[in-house]
Amino acid sequence: MSGSPQLAVGSRVRVRDDWPETRGRVHIRTPHYVRGRTGTVVRCLGDFPNPEELAFARPARLLPLYQVLFEQPQIWRQGCAGDQLLVEIYGSWLEPS
Amino acid sequence: MAGTVLRLEEVAGERLLRAVAALLAAKGIASPTEITEQIAMTDNASPAQGARMVARAWVDPPFRALMLSDGTRAAEMLGIPMRGAPPLGVLEDTPGLHHLIVCTLCSCYPRVVLGYPPFWYKSAAYRARAVRDPRGLLAEWGTVLDPGVRIRVVDSTADYRWMVLPLRPAGTAKWNQDRLAALVRETDMIGVTLPRLAGG
Repeated sequence: MSGSPQLAVGSRVRVRDDWPETRGRVHIRTPHYVRGRTGTVVRCLGDFPNPEELAFARPARLLPLYQVLFEQPQIWRQGCAGDQLLVEIYGSWLEPS
Repeated sequence: MAGTVLRLEEVAGERLLRAVAALLAAKGIASPTEITEQIAMTDNASPAQGARMVARAWVDPPFRALMLSDGTRAAEMLGIPMRGAPPLGVLEDTPGLHHLIVCTLCSCYPRVVLGYPPFWYKSAAYRARAVRDPRGLLAEWGTVLDPGVRIRVVDSTADYRWMVLPLRPAGTAKWNQDRLAALVRETDMIGVTLPRLAGG
């Protein structure tokens, strides 16, 4: 059972601009530099237990895991046009853009 | 005296290991077979395993296709035990695209096929710079990409482990698989360097 609707390969997605670490103890696998940023789903890697729950030995629901492609210069405001970042992000962090 | 103490500690260690293994089995967490397999996996893990996969992919197109779609199954086909290891993904360099692997959050690394990560892979400097200034980082490694080659930095943030299938270097057309495998270094499979012929 998957916790979030499936996102199709090629969908434009926005990573939630959320900072749970400001609200208490957490374990997060979504890097800071992609929060609030928009990218493209390039691959669905299957369902995996939510690491944010696993880290605290809580029952972990299965979440779809995606590889999302971002334009590197847009994120850092430096770099070379055409260079990209490919990041694994759980479906719970993604919303259609 | 020191020898006696050491021996006693070794005996205690073996007893502890047996006791923990028996408890893991009794609680259904890990069977003795799984523990033996895990030890074998750790003992066999080295960049030579990844290099074997790369060399095979360079000479065997169906294997290459399998490796790119399911790295875990491709590794198993070469006798690399993958049970219990995170899934392996393989990213293919092309004449227009170069991959660079990093884990900005910690030090995720495909240990089963590349062994322990080099010390710098875990450094804050490598992790920060790989995503922010990959071209500056590659330049410091002496890695020069052809003009027009794009870089795709792969941040290994979650459940997969990633390795690069680099381009087969020119001048190796007549090489057999073993000779090709000996050419491939761990840094080539992370993407900080490119496979090159000695003296080339």
